[in-house]
Amino acid sequence: MSAVPVPYFLVLAAVLFLIGAGGFLLRRNLLVLLMSIELMLNAVNLTLVAFNRLHPQSHGGQIFAFFVVAVAAAEAAVGLAIVLSFFRLRNTVRADEANTLKN
Amino acid sequence: MGKFEIALFALCAAIGIAGALVTVGARRPIRSALGLLATILGVAGCYLLLEAQFLAAIQLIVYAGAVVVLFIFVVMLLGSASTSPRDAKSAIPRYIGAGLFLAGSSAALLLILRVGTKVEALLPPAPAGFGSVEGVGGELFTRYVVPFELAGALLIVAVIGAMAVARGKQPDPTLRPAADAAGAAPPGASEHGATEPAPGGKAAEPHGGA
Repeated sequence: MSAVPVPYFLVLAAVLFLIGAGGFLLRRNLLVLLMSIELMLNAVNLTLVAFNRLHPQSHGGQIFAFFVVAVAAAEAAVGLAIVLSFFRLRNTVRADEANTLKN
Repeated sequence: MGKFEIALFALCAAIGIAGALVTVGARRPIRSALGLLATILGVAGCYLLLEAQFLAAIQLIVYAGAVVVLFIFVVMLLGSASTSPRDAKSAIPRYIGAGLFLAGSSAALLLILRVGTKVEALLPPAPAGFGSVEGVGGELFTRYVVPFELAGALLIVAVIGAMAVARGKQPDPTLRPAADAAGAAPPGASEHGATEPAPGGKAAEPHGGA
């Protein structure tokens, strides 16, 4: 089970991270922004697991990825609650409508 | 055997990148959520190729089973409002910023590719039990037990916080005495809610954020 070199996974993770970061910069829909964050977290997890495969003495990378998954789940729950609350306030999910603190 | 794995990797990478592009590019958030699901499936396949079976299962259960479903629930709850209308403001600055970012990071990625592909990293087979539930779970409950418990505490706090934030500040008529509401404020003033404590101790917290 070692036919695919580890750098392939790292490059795939980098591409996924780039797409997620570009989407985070481009989009203004709050839901899509949260999904872009999930994309980036997935890419980071893939990097952690790939490096853990390179050094299989312990499971440190996989366990770190496990904790990232836990934090990402918590972040999605709280983020979506904030989106709902924001929608109740402004009747929209556009990120640039969130300017209550601006003036 | 080797060719099969290369093909599996190519399939997972194609699904993942296509899903990521759909996530970022789709106009309707429900399609974005389905693209995110495709990316998650592709990444889970990569975990299997990297011999992280436990983490692949976790990925499917937590992400595909919980996070994406939560996203889809919120999209359905918001209905047509979740598709934001066309921007009134110009989108040009955003495109310039994202283009600069993508150009710079793509250049960095190319540099990494030039170095990384020179490494002929054909790995030795992993030790037995690597990535299995026994292996990961054993370390999780011995060496990393404190962060594990802290992650549980974090999840509980997140659940309580999400409930409190998403619930909003509508006063619950069954929990409030009618005389108090009539004496303190006329009906309709509770929408402003500046002085209205929400029922329950926890719900008072998100007042500023809500």
